This record gives sequence, C-alpha cells and structure tokens, in this order.
Amino acid sequence: MAEAKFDELAHYDPEKVSQVDYRPPEKDWMDTKPDFRPGTWIYPAKEKNLEYIGFPNARAWSPADKDWKLPKNWKQIIHEGLKERLDKYRSLKIFMDNCVRCGACADKCHFYLGSGDPKNMPVLRAELLRSVYKNDFTTAGKLLGRLVGARPLTKDVIKEWFYYFYQCTECRRCSVFCPYGIDTAEVTMLGRELLNLLGLNVNWVMEPVANCTRTGNHLGIQPHGLKSTLEFFAEDIEEATGVAVDIPINKKGADILFVTPSGDFLADPGTFTCMGYMILFHAIGLNYTWSTYASDGGNFGLFTSHDKMRDLNAKIYAEAKRLGVKWILGGECGHMWRVINQYMDTMNGPADFLEVPKSPLTGTVFENARSTKMIHITEFTSDLIKHKKLKLDPSRNRGLKVTFHDSCNPARAMGILEEPRYVIRHAVDEFYEMPPNTIREQTFCCGGGAGLGTDENMEMRLRGGMPRGNAVKHVAEKHGVNRLAAMCAIDRATLPAVCEFWAPEVSVTGIHELVGNALVLEGEKEREVNLRLDPIDEQGQE
Amino acid sequence: MKVVYALVAVAALLALPLVGAQQPGLRALFGTIVPYVALALFVGGLIYRVLTWAKSPVPFRITTTCGQQKTLDWIKHDEIENPTTTAGVIGRMALEILFFRSLFRNTSAENYKGRLVYGSTKWLWLAGLAFHWCFLLVLLRHLRFFAEPVPGFVLGMQAVDGFMEIGVPAVYVTGVVLLLAVTFLFLRRVVSPGLRYISLPSDYFPLFLIGTIASTGILLRHFIRTDIVGVKELAMGLVTFQPNVPDGVHPLFFGHLFLVCVLFAYLPFSKLTHMAGVFFSPTRNLANSNRFVRHVNPWAKPAEIHSYAKYEDEFREKMIQAGIPVERETAEEKPKKKKAKADDKPKADSKAEADQAAAADRAAPADKEEK
Repeated sequence: MAEAKFDELAHYDPEKVSQVDYRPPEKDWMDTKPDFRPGTWIYPAKEKNLEYIGFPNARAWSPADKDWKLPKNWKQIIHEGLKERLDKYRSLKIFMDNCVRCGACADKCHFYLGSGDPKNMPVLRAELLRSVYKNDFTTAGKLLGRLVGARPLTKDVIKEWFYYFYQCTECRRCSVFCPYGIDTAEVTMLGRELLNLLGLNVNWVMEPVANCTRTGNHLGIQPHGLKSTLEFFAEDIEEATGVAVDIPINKKGADILFVTPSGDFLADPGTFTCMGYMILFHAIGLNYTWSTYASDGGNFGLFTSHDKMRDLNAKIYAEAKRLGVKWILGGECGHMWRVINQYMDTMNGPADFLEVPKSPLTGTVFENARSTKMIHITEFTSDLIKHKKLKLDPSRNRGLKVTFHDSCNPARAMGILEEPRYVIRHAVDEFYEMPPNTIREQTFCCGGGAGLGTDENMEMRLRGGMPRGNAVKHVAEKHGVNRLAAMCAIDRATLPAVCEFWAPEVSVTGIHELVGNALVLEGEKEREVNLRLDPIDEQGQE
Repeated sequence: MKVVYALVAVAALLALPLVGAQQPGLRALFGTIVPYVALALFVGGLIYRVLTWAKSPVPFRITTTCGQQKTLDWIKHDEIENPTTTAGVIGRMALEILFFRSLFRNTSAENYKGRLVYGSTKWLWLAGLAFHWCFLLVLLRHLRFFAEPVPGFVLGMQAVDGFMEIGVPAVYVTGVVLLLAVTFLFLRRVVSPGLRYISLPSDYFPLFLIGTIASTGILLRHFIRTDIVGVKELAMGLVTFQPNVPDGVHPLFFGHLFLVCVLFAYLPFSKLTHMAGVFFSPTRNLANSNRFVRHVNPWAKPAEIHSYAKYEDEFREKMIQAGIPVERETAEEKPKKKKAKADDKPKADSKAEADQAAAADRAAPADKEEK
C-alpha cells in the first residue's frame, strides 16, 4: 500500500499528534517565521476565481515559494487598507488599543491547544496585526518601537499573517474569556480583507465564493443538478419510509422559502439531514419551496470580506421577494446563522416585504425574528414538538447514544443553545452532554470552520480538532456515546475526520436526520432501515 | 531582557525627582508643573482616545453571546449573558467592569498524556480584581490631601481600611493588597513560559511603576514619615491653583508624586487605556437584538448582487428542461454582450490599475456589469 500523503488522515498518528510541545521557542516571536510545512496551509485561490468575482492581483503563486509576487506598492496598499478599516470599524480600533496581554485567551484556542505554536494564542495572533498598527498609527509605537510591541511591515509579516489568519476558524471562543471582549474573529476577518488586497487568498474559500455568486451555492450545483439531487433524496426517503415526498422548487406562491447550507446536498452525513428536512415538511404539509438561485444559506463571504458576505447574503431576500413568500426558514448551519443573526438585516434589510414569521401549525409568532423575518429550523421544530404537532418515535433511533456539539457561531454569535437540545431529546432515547467547558458558549470548534476544512490543511484540522475530539472520546468512554450531533454543515463535513482520528467509535449526524428517522408519517411502511438505509436494529454497532 | 528594560526605565524615572528635588529651583518643577502637565495629558489624552474611538462607527452588532438567546417564550432566556435590552447590556457591562465576569470564567487547560484536561483557575481573576479595586480605593483615600475639610466618606474609608490597627499610623489593607497583587501579576508573567513569551517591556513597565508607587507610598507613611502637613499644603495648593512647595517635604515624596504623574500621563497612550476602552467593546456593550431591532450601518452600500435575471439567463435552458419554473421562456433581447461566464470576464487592464482601484476603493468591485 502506498504511504499516505500529508492530505490524508492515515498520514497522521494520534499518539504523536497529541503529544504537543507547549514550550515557546528561544527567539522572540518577532524574530521567528512560520514553518510552511505541507498539511498546515491551504492552496492559494485560482486566478479564474478571483477574476470572476473581481478581486485584485490574481496570479499564480504558492505559500511554499520564497517570492510571493506581491504587487509593487504592497506596503502602501496595506497601510491604506488598514487605515480605511480603522475608520470604518470601531471594533478594530478598540481591539488594537485595549489588549493588556493578560493571557486569559491563550489556552482557549483549539489551534494553540492542538499545536503548541504560540502564535496560535489569540493574543499573539492579534499581535501580528497590532504590531503593525502600533508602528503605523500610534505615537508610542513610532517613538518606542519594539519596546511597546511595534514593528515595521515587512514581507515576512505578510507571510505570517497569511499563515496564522488561515489558522483561525473565527470561532470566537477566546472572545468569551477576554476581559475586554476582544474578538479574534474580527481581527482575522479584517486581516484577511487586507490580504485580499494583495491577492493572497485561499482557494477553499474563493472557489465557493465564485461558485455561489454564479450558481447560488458554494458547490457550483446548477439548477437542474439541484433538482436531481433532491429527487435522489426523495427516492431514498421512499425506500426507507414508503412515503413519497414533494420537492417544490422555485415555487411562487409558497408560504415559506427554505434555505440551508449546500453542504447538505453533497456529502454524507449532511445529505441525511437534508432528507430529514424533507420528511418534516412533508409530515406537516408545509407550503414551502427550495430555491435554486438562493440555494446556499452558508456564506463563505464571511470568510472573505464584509462586502462579499453582503453580496452573497443578498440573494436570500431577493429570492424571497421574487417568489413572494411570507417568511424564510433556515436550515442547520453554523456560520450561516452568524450572518443571519449579526449581519443580514443590517446589510440587506429591511425585509419589509415579508411578514413576521408565524408557524402555520401552532400559530406561534416568532417575535425574536420580527425584523429579519427568518427563523432557525430548530426554533421551528422545537415549537412544533412543544405543541405536540409531531409524532416522534425515539425508539427508531435505538442503539444511538447521542451527544451534541454546539457549533461556534450558533453558540457565540446567536445563543441558540436550548432549542437543538430540546429537539434531540425528543428524537432520541439516550442523550449525554460533553464536559461543561466544551459545550454551549465554551464549545470547541471542529477545527475546520472559516474556510479551513480542506484536506491539504489536514494536520492543522486534526490539531485544531483535538479539544473537540478529546471531549467526544471522553463521553464515548464514559457513556458509550456513538453519535455526535451537530447543526452545522461544516461540522458535518469536518467532524467525521476529527472523530475518526480522535474518537473512532463515534460518527456524526445532523439533528434533523434524527428527527427524520423518529418522525412517524401517515401511510408509512414499517421502518426497518434508517435514512442511511442501514438496518435500524444494527444502528450504533458499526 | 524585556524585564530589565522596564525596570531600568522605572528606576531612572524614580531617580530623576530624587536627585532633582534636592535642587531648590527644580522643586517647583516636580511639585507643581509636572503634576499639572500630567493631569492635562491624562485628561486630554483620554478625551482624545475616546474621541478617536467614537469617530469610527459601529457598523454591525457583533455581540459575543454567552447564554441562551431570546426566543420561544417557554425557553429561559439569559438576559445578562445574551442581552436584548439596554437594561440587560448595563447589567452585563456592570458585571464585567465591577466584577470581571469574563475573567471569572477562566479555565486552565493541560495536556495530560495526550489528553486535554481543564481546571477552573481563579487566580488571575482574584489578583486582577484585588489590584483594580485596591488601586481605586487607594486613589480615593488620597482625596484627604486634596480637600479641607476631609470628606466624610474618605474618613470612613480610612477607618475601614485601617481596621486591623496594626502600627501607628494604622496599616491600610488596600495598600498592602495592591502591592501583593502587583507582585503576583508580575510573577505570573515571568514564571509562566507562555506568558513570558507574549509579554512586552510595555507590559512590565506599568507593573513596576505601580509597584514602586505603592512601595514609596507605604515607605512615606510608615518608615520615612515625611512632613504630612507639608504634603497637604502642596496638594491643596495644586487644587486651589495656588501652587506652593513647602520646605521639609522628603525627597522620596517627590519620587512618589513624580511616578504617579508618569502613570497618569502614560495611561491614555498605552494599554492602560483599557480603563476607558472596556466601556466601548462592541462584543460586550451591544444587545443581541439584530433579528428584531434593525441596526443601521452608517457607511453601508447596497449589495452588488448577481441578479436572478442574470442567473436565469445563464441557466434558462437547463431549468426548462428540468421542469423548473422560469420567469421568461427566452432570453431578453440584449443589445450588448451576452452572458456572464467565468472565462469571458473583463480583466483589469493592468496590475497597477487594479492595485490603485483596490487601495482607493475596496477589494470587492464584484460584478461590474451589474451597475
């Protein structure tokens, strides 16, 4: 057998990866350079993708090269770009000025815990930018230089930014612990915007952005392709349940537009979650529609720039308006909900052509979405369950011992903590929590968020996934947990690898896969297989 | 080395008045001019700082939510950790500023044989809280030098602070705790390799500075016993704008005073500015109410959207074939170019031009044809 390469899981050994050396290097952090070893960085954006979305300085280059072919006036571009962002974002100024380097954030970062690289301490990650800010924009920095942590901008600094701003998943865990609420996600986002100006981007982010611009989803699925995907799901649903479900697409006159991350169309186990939605909507007779134009709630624009985030997100309201729906329902996704909760209304609202979401079955008016007109599927489903509108048979999930991974953004940029738990508890018999400091607002990232979940970044993904993996392993040993539920498409794409590596007895599921399996449908046949088409009696034994 | 830089700086700053105040001509400088200048820098600097922050808008509500959101009425909402109202925000900020809520959450992670284990760690929180509160109380206690008669609350504070009645005059607990807390904060910086690695000379400097201020203060009260009446005269002279530097005040007092002046003058231009900045942090001082109260970004620009019409133009035939509803059966007559495909996008004329555009405007001109 050929030896596994750096972008394959088998290349790494948990015994070795888990032995992390936390001793900092001898040399000062300003005098060390990142080690661009394969497995720790992401391939640069292809020129065609940058050109398609109109980003500057598209060119062929590689982080492994000595010369990154920066544009001639790169220094000026960064200086002016930073100035512009300081003027536009109070957050940036505050976060640059206030850090006292108390170090409370240091061991909160999954990348630091998994790699031991001190520049993955949130404080130093921010310091990479702060040092340039001090040098260019503060009197103390200009007068006292290194004594106050200022340093001039060099090409090596740019390389460092690229390396470490793409070793941050913008999960905001550090921000929970910071006494000044300094949010590294904000620093990383604006840092990446600066790098964009120099044409330094990663393809794992930019290709989805280009795809999403053109086809409406990150995967580049064209309308007819989306339709056949959903038809394929419907076939599997029929095989498992004996019930044929409708697939309303781009349907004018629907009450509700449903938007979910496109990851749910492509890869297991996200696909099973997608089937779960379809079963649920069928069961309650919801007058809804899919959209091919706004076929992604996920938004890799968030990992690119505020402007790109806005442009991609704008399609959802535009499509809701075109189709004439009353309100919007959003699927299980992490960063999508950060965009919807913290940016959507400000960027693309007011959505005054929509109605305040009201459940057609329970009559519940979702006052908490009075302005955005968009609610989360677990808000919707937990309300249905509370009002006994669903007939759930948790025994169909027998054999599954489930734990729940709070996804970073729903937890720390929204606070949707109880709804998913409520739904899971009604869909399964056995549910166990991971340790308190690894869930809810203190949840650990999967290690692949913010556009880092690609295979060439495997080493960092596994390292970043170590804290989560350890916590999963803990409940697997303690309670026999064998399923990790997550309401995020990136989780469903990256946690399988994390689990396989750190807790091989556990596999990943979405919440509505559990719901879809438990839901008793009118006219269904006896359920012998689940949505994975695996025998129900053998669940959890794989 | 970084520690040494900071130590030397503080030592030099202390030596300056110790030597200088021996010279009759310079006593007025250290006793009157320096305090006024320091105060001006402190007030002016902080105002400047706050105005600089205020000048930049808050485009988005990026609250870090640390508790359950407001949602269905049967789910208990955490108004403090995930506030939706001004009252909630005030509660959250009060907990943060008065009791260091976020630091209280602190945990320590350890890699034990390849497994991460976590423990609660409250030492930083405790030392930080002790340090800041004692500093404030010590500062307020000093009002007795600046007011005649001494306000009742200051006398009350003194009585409580000296409740242990050790020594004559009584030792103030706050002074001792302040010194202990500063010592702890310094030691953790040098003992922990990670913290030592992230620490700058400008992190050690304020610790030495404040430590020296506290030490000289305690020395002046208990050991060297300067002429306290003279000190009061000097202080009263300063607040009544009738500066007067009496003889007989110990040179160490000028050292104490000078370092306090340095601290005040230094504060707005350093990380100590967090004293004001903590109030402005957008992840803490904003309500998480975006979904029901619209937040407006003053510099917002409308989205440059890839329109449905263009999308349908590109995929119409496939959509019709697949039986997906369309707006138009055929493409609209187009006078100009046909459709947008990845490959025939116009490229920027030259790199230089693209650079300029990027620097002048923003990095996302997106689809120019849209406009």
